[in-house]
Amino acid sequence: MTFDRRHILSMKDFTRNEIDFILERAVKLETLAKGGRSDLLAGNILALLFYEPSTRTRMSFETAMLRLGGSVLNLGSKEASSVVKGETLADTIRVISTYSDAIVLRHPSEGSARMAAEYALVPIINGGDGAGHHPTQTLLDLYTIKKESHLDNLDIAIVGDLKYGRTVHSLAYALSLYGANITLVSPPQLKMPDQIKGDLKTMGARVSETENLDEVLDSVDVLYMTRIQKERFPDPTEYNKVVGAYKITGEHLDNVREDMIIMHPLPRVYEIDSSVDDSAHARYFEQSFYGVPIRMALLTIVLGVEV
Amino acid sequence: MTQGKELRVHPIRDGTVIDHINAGQAMNVLKILGITGSSSAVISVAMNVSSQDIKSKDIVKIEDRELKDKEVDKIALISPNATINIIRDFGVAGKHRVKLPEMVESMVKCANPNCISNTNEPVTSKFEVKKDPIRLRCIYCEHVITENIVEHLL
Repeated sequence: MTFDRRHILSMKDFTRNEIDFILERAVKLETLAKGGRSDLLAGNILALLFYEPSTRTRMSFETAMLRLGGSVLNLGSKEASSVVKGETLADTIRVISTYSDAIVLRHPSEGSARMAAEYALVPIINGGDGAGHHPTQTLLDLYTIKKESHLDNLDIAIVGDLKYGRTVHSLAYALSLYGANITLVSPPQLKMPDQIKGDLKTMGARVSETENLDEVLDSVDVLYMTRIQKERFPDPTEYNKVVGAYKITGEHLDNVREDMIIMHPLPRVYEIDSSVDDSAHARYFEQSFYGVPIRMALLTIVLGVEV
Repeated sequence: MTQGKELRVHPIRDGTVIDHINAGQAMNVLKILGITGSSSAVISVAMNVSSQDIKSKDIVKIEDRELKDKEVDKIALISPNATINIIRDFGVAGKHRVKLPEMVESMVKCANPNCISNTNEPVTSKFEVKKDPIRLRCIYCEHVITENIVEHLL
């Protein structure tokens, strides 16, 4: 297929065929992602504009670009750039567009990447726009599921903050393209908004909800854990109660499916006990690595290079 | 009855009559149309007029100005049953019901305070319009406005 999407802004822009194309491209690049260097993107410059903190997204993009022989420009801290002088994002994008061949943007305002795409002369890749989208995270999640489990006939439980968590909305949306059976596990105050659930059902996902993690633990292929943020709870006692109820320890794994995998977009805080790390089910560190081949795939695609 | 009606909203020679506006929405209709009263156009507004079709309605008459379809269709957001009558020499030269536009620009403020369209960036608000019920989806942050659209008018 031909892939002529110029910007990577939201999973909602993608068809299943396009997603499959990206995942296949990542498979081809995975060996290179593990170590080595090619000249596929030699002469190309990727600008990283991060207005918010990031470890995995920023560094894995940087690794991806370097492995492909390209170079990276960093905005650096906001304090050291013209942002502190009050320059608009639109102006910054117009300027950086002339210095680079593609831009990865993380910005605190929802819709910032879509606006940036209106001003950019080069492809924009959304590295997270406030509580909005984080499509490269979703793509690496899908890649992890494809590699470590299976995307067809998938039973997945998504656990934690399903109201505000930007990754879970995009992930659930993308999984609905594969007809997944999705169980949403969250405390009442952090349930997935009805409108998003409605959209998922319309698109073909089977969606159910529960507050009880134990109910689904033994029957899923993938357990996708997310962080519950303390600031969502005005009452600290309530937060402690919820965090305790949604924590996975080694004891939870006695009766799970043999091939069940546990994922987490990281950083984790209390959700997964370190005793789980060495179990046969833990995949969150592999998941984090898969960000490299996925981002390599995306960079070759938006820069129009065949692999 | 006829006499009373004339007293409320007299016929105009040329211009546009917007009829069957949801009761109480006439001022918002003017707001949407960008008619502020600062021009010399003669505007008549009748509110809460009894009607055969609906319980009560508002009517707006704009003299000597024929509004274009694109301009008036935006009214459908707050008054989907409104009808537009183009008047020429006291006669109705054209009549149609407003039609929901597929997109509205610079008309509604996104309800998401964290949306890029609510910052100092040079960006105008843009919404996709969905029907039954009317929903506005911000093309930037994808926030959806379903209720009290009037309150979000710019």
